[in-house]
Amino acid sequence: MKNLVAFPVLGFALVVQTAVLSRMPLLSGTADLVLLILVAWALQAQVQSAWQWAALAGLMTAFVSGLPPYVPVVGYLLVVGLARFFLRQIWQAPLLALFSVTFFATLLMHLVTFSGLFLSGTLLPVEEVLSVITLPGIFLNLLFILPVHAIIRDLALWVYPVEDFE
Amino acid sequence: MKNSLSDTLQTTVLFLVVAGILALALSGSLGFISNGVNAFLVSAQTWVSSRFVAIQDFLTAPRDVAALRQRNAELEAEVARLQAQIVQLRSQASEMQALAALVNFSRANPENVYTAATVIGRDPSPFLHYLIIDKGSNDGLRRGMPVVTEQGLVGRIDAVIGSAARVQLITDPTSAVNARLERADREAVLTGAITGDLTLEMLPQDAALEIGDVVLTSGLGGSYPPDLIIGQVVSIRRRDSDLFQQAFVQPAVDLTQLKLVLVITDFRPVNIAPLLP
Repeated sequence: MKNLVAFPVLGFALVVQTAVLSRMPLLSGTADLVLLILVAWALQAQVQSAWQWAALAGLMTAFVSGLPPYVPVVGYLLVVGLARFFLRQIWQAPLLALFSVTFFATLLMHLVTFSGLFLSGTLLPVEEVLSVITLPGIFLNLLFILPVHAIIRDLALWVYPVEDFE
Repeated sequence: MKNSLSDTLQTTVLFLVVAGILALALSGSLGFISNGVNAFLVSAQTWVSSRFVAIQDFLTAPRDVAALRQRNAELEAEVARLQAQIVQLRSQASEMQALAALVNFSRANPENVYTAATVIGRDPSPFLHYLIIDKGSNDGLRRGMPVVTEQGLVGRIDAVIGSAARVQLITDPTSAVNARLERADREAVLTGAITGDLTLEMLPQDAALEIGDVVLTSGLGGSYPPDLIIGQVVSIRRRDSDLFQQAFVQPAVDLTQLKLVLVITDFRPVNIAPLLP
């Protein structure tokens, strides 16, 4: 039942994304708050609903954005898959996993977006995309991931309480 | 009797002595004595007075500081409240100016029907240049309606729900607007880019372009009404090896700072897709 918190959390994140973060670009890149929440959520070992959160976030974003509807759904599901993969591989270095996943998840999301736009008939210049959207986006996402992770970790502990065996 | 006489005599002598001293003092004969006494008294008075004032300050000063601090806090709160009020009033004044400009524009162009809308967001993807406005199908907005400000063309409505709509800006990489150069009377296609730049494509090599030429909508294709101002040519790229020349356009509207827009609600875009081969 506590998992229903995904609706207000992701809804609020999307509102902040469209109303605030999208108006504060660095060059043409912006931070992706929904992606950061999904990364931070999927990296919590006790969380069992990361895939559902990704699907919900994708559907919500597809409703608001002008992107082809499958792009945010596929992109966010891949991001969660990446985070889960990293969680299994480098579980003893959470900070390394956090920054690595944020870096690669941003790249992955932009790759999916680029491919989706290409398939719908819009070919964007790759170098320009990398220099004015992707690199500033990665920088901003790495900047915001720590505070987002701190909040989402507390949320995960509330939704999935962990027993203390010490 | 004898004692009584003696007391009277003593009193009389005492009075006479005091009167004599007073008389001498008033006449100035005892000046050196009175000066010394006066100096001593003044010094003593000064010492006592200064100590008293110091003690009084010590006892009363903390109460004054507390009162001053309280007053200072009150004044600071008042300043903060007034500053917030100034910010609010400035924002309202700015909004009123924008609204007045839009009203003037709609009065100057009575051939169209307009609906004003507030910009409430932007597309979450940095790859696209879309706005979200607070008016939707409940207010009569439909897909394809052009969006303008008093300065010129902004874009067109791409999607609508009951209470909001998504507007594709002319700077969006997937946007293409049929445009016309006012002075050269040549037509071209205006395309956007991820950087927000506008480029005029498909311009014949023999078209005589100049920096500062005004670019308008041509109305071809039925997506936009004709003669809406788009912007001005800021640079031209002409190469002999190319079929067409290119011109870069500065939009008339600052699309990064949009707050209020007008939707032309009586314009019905023409769908020419079935006519295309």
